[in-house]
Amino acid sequence: MTAIQHAPAIRRISTGRRVKDKIVQGLVYLSFAIAVVPLLSVLWLVLSNGFARLNMEFLTHSMRNIGARDAGGGAYHAIIGTLEQVLLSSVISIPVGLLTAIYLVEYGRGGRLSRAISFFVDVMTGIPSVVSGLFILAFWILALGMPFSGFAGALALSILMMPTVVRSAEEMLLLVPNDLREASYALGVPKWRTIVKVVLPTAFTGIVTGIMLAIARVAGETAPLLLTVFFTDSINTDPFDGPQMGLPLYVFDQSRRPTDVAIDRAWAGALTLILIVMLLNLVARLIGWWRSPARR
Amino acid sequence: MSQQIQVSSLDAYYGKHKAIEDISMTIEPQSITAFIGPSGCGKSTFLRTLNRMHEVIPGARVEGKVLLDGEDLYAADVEPVSVRRMIGMVFQRPNPFPTMSIYENVAAGLKLNGRYARSEMDDIVETSLKGSNLWNEVKDRLNKPGAGLSGGQQQRLCIARAIAVKPEVLLMDEPCSALDPISTLAIEDLMSELKNQFTIIIVTHNMQQAARVSDRTAFFNLAGQGQPGRVIEMDDTSRIFTNPSQKATEDYITGRFG
Amino acid sequence: MAAIAVFLIVEAVPALQANQGSFLGTLTWTPNNTEPSFGIAALAFGTLLSSLLALVMAVPVAVGVALFISHYAPRRLAGVLGYVIDLLAAVPSVIYGLWGVIFLVPLVQGPYEFIHEYLGFIPLFGGDSVGGHSIMTASIILAIMILPIIAAISREVFLQVPRMHEEAALALGATRWEVIKTAVLPFGRPGVISASMLGLGRAMGETIAVALIFPATFGISFQILAPEGNSIAANIANGFAEAGPIGRGALIASGLVLFIITLLVNTAARLIVARRKEFSGAAA
Ligand SMILES: Nc1ncnc2c1ncn2[C@@H]1O[C@H](COP(=O)(O)OP(=O)(O)OP(=O)(O)O)[C@@H](O)[C@H]1O
Ligand SMILES: [Mg+2]
Repeated sequence: MTAIQHAPAIRRISTGRRVKDKIVQGLVYLSFAIAVVPLLSVLWLVLSNGFARLNMEFLTHSMRNIGARDAGGGAYHAIIGTLEQVLLSSVISIPVGLLTAIYLVEYGRGGRLSRAISFFVDVMTGIPSVVSGLFILAFWILALGMPFSGFAGALALSILMMPTVVRSAEEMLLLVPNDLREASYALGVPKWRTIVKVVLPTAFTGIVTGIMLAIARVAGETAPLLLTVFFTDSINTDPFDGPQMGLPLYVFDQSRRPTDVAIDRAWAGALTLILIVMLLNLVARLIGWWRSPARR
Repeated sequence: MSQQIQVSSLDAYYGKHKAIEDISMTIEPQSITAFIGPSGCGKSTFLRTLNRMHEVIPGARVEGKVLLDGEDLYAADVEPVSVRRMIGMVFQRPNPFPTMSIYENVAAGLKLNGRYARSEMDDIVETSLKGSNLWNEVKDRLNKPGAGLSGGQQQRLCIARAIAVKPEVLLMDEPCSALDPISTLAIEDLMSELKNQFTIIIVTHNMQQAARVSDRTAFFNLAGQGQPGRVIEMDDTSRIFTNPSQKATEDYITGRFG
Repeated sequence: MAAIAVFLIVEAVPALQANQGSFLGTLTWTPNNTEPSFGIAALAFGTLLSSLLALVMAVPVAVGVALFISHYAPRRLAGVLGYVIDLLAAVPSVIYGLWGVIFLVPLVQGPYEFIHEYLGFIPLFGGDSVGGHSIMTASIILAIMILPIIAAISREVFLQVPRMHEEAALALGATRWEVIKTAVLPFGRPGVISASMLGLGRAMGETIAVALIFPATFGISFQILAPEGNSIAANIANGFAEAGPIGRGALIASGLVLFIITLLVNTAARLIVARRKEFSGAAA
C-alpha cells in the first residue's frame, strides 16, 4: 500500500453544474407546462361551450331557413355530408392504398417502379390540404366541368388519405416475418394466395389501425372541402350532385359569422367533430392494443 | 491514488426481483479483482452497484453498504454523479459517442468537470491515449469519428475516456468479450499497467483471462433456480484456480458445471 | 404529382395571362376587377413569416416536451403523455382556428398593447396600432398546432438513443442535463431538424386556422403585432367564394407556388432523414 493519503474521498459536484442541471430541469418542466396550457384550454372550451349547445335539435336539423340571428338550427346536413364524404374517400383510397402497399412490399422490393412509387407517396404525404382541394377543383370541376359535390370533396380527401394508408400498411406488411411467407411457399401455395391467406391476416390489425388513423385525419380536414363541396345550408344526401356540407366546413362557416348564436353552433360543431375524430382514434388504438404482442 | 472498497451485506433488486443477496467483500487498492461465475448470477448487477449505475435502471434499488475508503457511497448526502466520477466504468460493448471525434471522446469526461486550457486538455488526452496504448494508432487522426475505429481500438478508446478523468477505481464488465485475441491481449497488458494507478475490477467469462491478470478472484453463483446470486468464494487467484475450498468453484473452473 | 402540377398550371395560365400586374412583384390581389392585377409576393411573405415565427416558438418548447416525456417524467406518466400528444396531433385544425378567433384574439389584445407601448421602438413590435388579428396571433396558433407533431417525432428519436451511449455518459459522472447534452441531443439533432422541417411544411400549408385570423390585408411588413397579414392558404380560403374565373385561376396559381415551397421544405426534411440513416448505420 502506498503512503499517499487522499483528500476527502467523495467530492461533491460543483455548484455550477448542479445549478445548470436544475435550470434545465426547470426549463423542461416549464416547456411542458407551456405546451399543455393552450391545449387544455382548447379542449376545455370545446367541451364546455360545445355541450351547452349540443342537443337533439343540433344533431337532427339543418341550417335551412335559419336567419342570421336565429338561435336554432343544427349540423345534421354537415354530419351527413362528412360521413358520406369520408366513406367515399375511404372506398377510393383504402383499396388503392392497400394494393400499392402490397405491390411495394411483396412485388416491387426495391425495383425501379417501386422506388418511383415510393417517391410519389412521399411527396403526396407532404401536400398541403388546400393544394389537394385546388387540384380537384382544377381537374374535376374546372377542366372536366363536373359540379361541386360531396364526391369531389371525397376525391380531394383521398389525395390526403392515400399516402397515409400506403405508408402505414407498408410498415405493417414489412413486419410480417419472411419465414411465414417461405413456409407457405414451401407448401406450394402460389404467391397471391400466400398474400391473401397468410400475409394480410397476420398484418390485419395493424393495417386496420393505420386506416382508422388515416380516416380520423381526413375527417377533420376543412380546406379541401371548401374548394370542392362548396357550401350549403340544406340537407343534400346525394354526394354526387350539388353542393354539400361537411362538419369541419360547418365549424369554419359558423365561426366566421358575427353573431353569438352562430359561435355557439360552431362550438357544438367542433365538439361533434372532436368526438368523431377522437372516437376513431380510440378505436384505432384499441384495435392496436387488443392484438399487440404484449397482450398475446 | 486508489482506494479500498468494502462491501457489506449488499442486496440488489430489479423491481420485486432480488438479483443478488448478502454480498460482502473487501477489495484492496492497486489490485485487480476478477468476478467469475455462470451467466445470470449477478456479476454485472453487483459491479454496477459499486458505482451506483444500478439505480439508473427503472425500478432497480440497492440495500446494504459500499464503503470507499470508509465513506458510504449510498449515504443520503452522497450524489451518485460524484460517485461515478470517482469510479469509472468500461462496458461490455465498446460505446464511444458516435457523434464525437476520437479527441472529443477522450475529453468528454473532462469537459464535464470544469474548464481546462486547450494545452492542458491536449496533454491529458495524449496521456490517456498513451495510457490505453492507443496513442500511436490514432495520433494522426484525432479529429476523425471515434466510431470509425476497429472494435478493439474502440474499447481502448473507451478505456482512455474512463481514465482521463483520473478515477480511483475502474470497473470493467467483460471488456474483451467482443474482441479478437490480439486486442484482448492488448487490453490485458493494459490492465497490468493500469493496476499501478487504479483499483481494477473485471467481470470475465474467460478463466484464462481471470487467471492471467487478476490478483484476487470472486466466484459468483445462484443459490438455486430463481434465487438471487451470491458470492460462493473469494480468494487469491492462484488459490481459486489451484485449490478452491468450495466444490462448486472447482466444478465451475474445471468446466464440470451445467 | 406531376398531374397535380400540370392541371394547376393549365388552370392558372389564363389568369396569369390576364394579369395586368406582375405575379411576382405586385402587392395587391384584385383578380376579379375588370383589369385584374395580382401578385404573390405579399402572400408568400406572410406565409413564410408566420410559419417561421411559429417554428421559432414551437421548436424549443417541443424539444422540451419531448425531453420531458423521454427523460424526466416517471415511466408510467410518460407512456400516457405520449398517447396524449399523439391524440392532440389529431385535433382538426379548424378547431384551433375557432379557439383562436373566439378566445385568443381578445386575450392577446392587452399584452400586445403593453409590448407596443414599451417595446414599440423595436420595428418588429411597432406600427400605428396593434390587434389580435395579426401575424403574431396566427403564428401562436400555428405554433400550438405543429407542436405535437414536432414533439412526437423528437420524443421518438430521443427514445432511440442507444442506452449504452447514455450509460457511457452516466459512468463518466454526468448529471442528467450533461447526459442529454453529450449523448441525447447530438444523436437526436438530425431527427429534431427534420421534424421541424415537417412542422414548417405543415405550418405553411395550414389554411383554416389562419384564414380565421388574418385580416386579409396586402403588404409586406415586419410589424407582427399590427392588424395586418395574410398567407397564400388563407387567401385561397377567404377569396374562393367570391372569385370569378380569373380569380380562381389566380388562386390556383398561388396554390402552385405554395405547393412548390412546401415540396422544397419537405424534400429538405427527407434528405436530412436519409443522411441520418446512413450516419447511424455507420455508427452501429
Ligand atoms: N435490466 C434488468 N431488469 C430486470 N432484471 C434484470 C436486468 N438486468 C439483469 N436482470 C436480472 O438480474 C439477474 C442477474 O443479471 P446480471 O446481468 O447481473 O448477470 P451476469 O452475471 O452479469 O450474467 P452474464 O454473465 O450473462 O453477463 C438475472 O436474473 C437477470 O435476469
Ligand atoms: Mg453481465
